[in-house]
Amino acid sequence: MAVILHARGLNKSFGAVTAASNVDALVEKDSIVGLIGANGAGKTTFINLITGYLKPDSGAILFEERDITRLPPRDITRLGICRSFQMPQLYSSLSVYENMMVGLGVVLRNAGRGGYFSRGRPQVPGYDAPAEEVADRILDRFGLADQRDKNAQVLPGGMRKLLDIALTMVAKPRILLLDEPTSGVSAQEKFGIMEMVLKAVRAEGATVLFVEHDMEVVSRFAQRVLAFYDGRIIADAAPEIALADAEVKRYVVGGVSRA
Amino acid sequence: MKRDRTPEMIGIIFLVVVLSGAWLPQWALFILTIAFAHGLVALGLMLMLRAGLVSFGQALYYCLGAYAAGALGKFLGMSDIFVQMLAGAAVAGFAAFVLGFLLAKYRGIFFGLLSLALSMILYGLLVKNEALGSTDGFNILPSTLFGIRPAADWVRYCVAVAAAFAGLSAALLVHRYLNTPLGRLAPAIKDNEIRVEYMGTSARHAIHVKYVIAAVLAGAGGALAATNVGHIDPEMAYWTTSGEFIFITILAGTGNVIAPFAGALIFGVIHTMAYDLSPNTWQMSLGTALLALIVFLPEGLWSLFVRRKAA
Repeated sequence: MAVILHARGLNKSFGAVTAASNVDALVEKDSIVGLIGANGAGKTTFINLITGYLKPDSGAILFEERDITRLPPRDITRLGICRSFQMPQLYSSLSVYENMMVGLGVVLRNAGRGGYFSRGRPQVPGYDAPAEEVADRILDRFGLADQRDKNAQVLPGGMRKLLDIALTMVAKPRILLLDEPTSGVSAQEKFGIMEMVLKAVRAEGATVLFVEHDMEVVSRFAQRVLAFYDGRIIADAAPEIALADAEVKRYVVGGVSRA
Repeated sequence: MKRDRTPEMIGIIFLVVVLSGAWLPQWALFILTIAFAHGLVALGLMLMLRAGLVSFGQALYYCLGAYAAGALGKFLGMSDIFVQMLAGAAVAGFAAFVLGFLLAKYRGIFFGLLSLALSMILYGLLVKNEALGSTDGFNILPSTLFGIRPAADWVRYCVAVAAAFAGLSAALLVHRYLNTPLGRLAPAIKDNEIRVEYMGTSARHAIHVKYVIAAVLAGAGGALAATNVGHIDPEMAYWTTSGEFIFITILAGTGNVIAPFAGALIFGVIHTMAYDLSPNTWQMSLGTALLALIVFLPEGLWSLFVRRKAA
């Protein structure tokens, strides 16, 4: 399988706190990778490093063999590495549909379409349809079609999460990093939401990395697991192997889910 | 979806000004022209306000535009009203392009106060500059239109029509801009800049662009006001002038590109009436009227139209 993302020897510390310590990871194209670890283990730092929000003290990040280590988040997004947030980051004064249209507008602009002098309805790259249609199509996939005209601010928590992820889809991501897509969602809803999200994401052919605390969700949806502890990766294997690892059991599984 | 009738409305307003202007008294034409000049500045402020930024120093560009127009007449003998407006817009736009690299980094009160400080620097420079008339300023040549000097009775009418043409053209261009992806980004920047960045674009760049557009509009407005009044002085850069523009913008609301002009006209009329009724306490009358407008129309003038449509 082809490697799409390669993190090489990443180090990052904040004062005395080490958030990433010699992190090495290879992500294969079209795979679904679960990132696990207790709070503060370095999962979100890993996502922040890859998406350019943080710059590593040393090490490199390669996306399809291209060095993206020092790029700002917007340039990394343009390359096709998109992320969702643990706390949904929405445009809260706008409607669900307008949220999508803002995102699609950016995509069109970055593609050099939909500028001041362009006429008609430009096609969204990768979707081959005008923005209005793409917005509705994505909302439909995420089960948000009924919420279309509601203000993003009044959406219930679970739907805010879904919209946050739906917003990443406008750019047709190659790699999607989901930061706790099911946090704040009831245990019964988790599987349904993950299934819907992964189906929608996989329909566009993106490689997925997701942070998750529920080991049942991880073992069901991840093809591979990266277990973090104290800024290090302590296990990198298929879920059944990684979750059975003694260190993982001690620091991750025992530490959080069964506590 | 409701059809957008703004372009038609803009066209109708222009026709009304052209046709009715011939019958209006000189003082009314003066107020109308000033309303278009101030409306241009407020239109730019509206663009910024949509992105959540309030400039307390827009008078900087208004004044730069006025002095550019004045200098054109004083040193080059040019008095064509459109050349004056273009020169004002160009000088203000260039200044904003340079200052924008600094200002686009700041948000909220820091942006507001920094813009205020810059406008007061200009005020200070002009007050100290003898060649430009210091605190007295200087007079501007009477306007010409494409090289023709209109008959004395018709100067005000010609200037008003030119003002309407410039103001309404700008409104039309800004209206189209608001419907482009970059224009639509404004409320998103106000809501959540992190997300804007993670959608693959730079909020700072978008703000820089809006800042330059706002300055271009203010510069044209300043040139227009200068040629209408026939005199310019450093007061045009003073912070109270910026305050008036903010007031007009808040009064108008951010709902539509026509609103800033309506707001500027109402402000001008109230201002004139208040001065006429009680020359010594006009600020009090003006303040009371504006207070009432804010209490009853918190979303600005445009909410009147929106509410009626919804009912």
